[in-house]
Amino acid sequence: MLRGVSLNVGHGESVVIIGRSGTGKSVLLKHVVGLIQPDSGTVRVDGVDVPSLGVKDLLELRKQMGMLFQGGALFDSLTVGENVGLPLREHTDVNDTQVELVVHEKLHLVGLDQVETMRPSNLSGGMKKRAALARALALNPKIMLYDEPTTGLDPITADLINRLIRRLQQRLGITSIAVTHDMRSAYHIADRIAMLHEGRIHAIGTPTEIQATTDPAVRQFIEGSAEGPLLPT
Amino acid sequence: MNETGAEQLAERPPFRFLLNGLRDTGEVLILLGDVLRELPQGITKLPLVVQQMVAIGLGSMPLTVIVALFTGAVAAVQASYQFRDYVPMIYLGTVIGKSVVIELGPVLTALVVGGRVGASIAAELGTMRVTEQIDAMETMGISPTRYLVVPRVVAATLMLPILTIFADVVAIFGGYLVAVLTLDVSGHTFTSGLRLYFHLRDVFSGLIKSVFFGAIISMMGCYYGLRSEGGAEGVGVATTHAVVASCLLILIVDFLLASFLFRVLFA
Repeated sequence: MLRGVSLNVGHGESVVIIGRSGTGKSVLLKHVVGLIQPDSGTVRVDGVDVPSLGVKDLLELRKQMGMLFQGGALFDSLTVGENVGLPLREHTDVNDTQVELVVHEKLHLVGLDQVETMRPSNLSGGMKKRAALARALALNPKIMLYDEPTTGLDPITADLINRLIRRLQQRLGITSIAVTHDMRSAYHIADRIAMLHEGRIHAIGTPTEIQATTDPAVRQFIEGSAEGPLLPT
Repeated sequence: MNETGAEQLAERPPFRFLLNGLRDTGEVLILLGDVLRELPQGITKLPLVVQQMVAIGLGSMPLTVIVALFTGAVAAVQASYQFRDYVPMIYLGTVIGKSVVIELGPVLTALVVGGRVGASIAAELGTMRVTEQIDAMETMGISPTRYLVVPRVVAATLMLPILTIFADVVAIFGGYLVAVLTLDVSGHTFTSGLRLYFHLRDVFSGLIKSVFFGAIISMMGCYYGLRSEGGAEGVGVATTHAVVASCLLILIVDFLLASFLFRVLFA
């Protein structure tokens, strides 16, 4: 699916990867966190070669990363509060009171209050995404990965998520990599936008550069046109 | 043979079946190795183990009791039919007692629990896999083996012998009821027969088997659940595979253990 992708993301930078469905955007993201191993090539995070890491080192690396999955991926069997508190209970020695404080703080950060005792099945799509974001932030990660953060959300909730992502990156200096085909979201949260096409990074630039590009494939994608070099799938 | 030829051969039904079987066996053994490695830390998650023990043990109890009651009842009817005119009825209790504790109790309990619990585990973990909950767990640095598989395997391995003990008692009681109420056998005759050739090692052999059956059921459920793919259809396929594999392995391992226990250990 990916053939010769080359992409560098700087510390504290926010990079958005755009591309059509099925081009491997989520696959690329899963390579960064070590959920998928590349057939060849390297994936480096803070100079560390991810595919060559052992189980323990990969676990340590993942503690510094948070990932927001497309559907939230909250654990159905746990309450929202238990979901957010799980990384803390598993990886730190903090007591129950401190866990509750952090859970409350992280949920408040994403604009969710009074939902600790609710089950994920009782939340709306936007609330699930925000609760999942709170869980991903529980261990104060240095790197955040977002898989389609605004897909399936109404425009207002989508804008709320965009603002949250931008605020986390700008205020806390969190390095962000997001994949999306929502151009409104991409322009909002990106320092740079990279377009994935035919297994490679086809184009990369600031939102202004991408908006001004004359590349026909990029133009077709950002304008959402059915006519152009990108054939319907 | 060139690579294309080998690939074409591997796609033919008998070879594909063999290769899939070998792959599954290898992957299950790898998962078993992971479970054993994670066991010391996995069992420290006592609330998760207890939660699974309740779901597997207590949840399966009504079904186990009903199946055991009718198994014992049918055993009594069948045995009395075959004894008629040839074998004294005092041996009715003996035959029911032995057949239940050695074979019927452990195997039927395992098959029933395998259908219920194996399917439940595969469906739950399969849904977690296709909704990226397992990926999320790994991304958080939490081992799915430690957090999900170990508690289920420990709980099933502990609960199957307990369910089997209940099944043994209820099945014998079912046989007793049929004998006393419908076969004109007195309660004293039935219980005398039951005690006549009663050996504790027979009970232990059944319980030893049930420990293995518990491990098989939970391992199959976890293995097929964790490797689900493709949404709801994939979860359905995983659930079916988990139940079929559990039932087949229970019967195969039953034969192997029976051969070892009664031809070697208790010979």
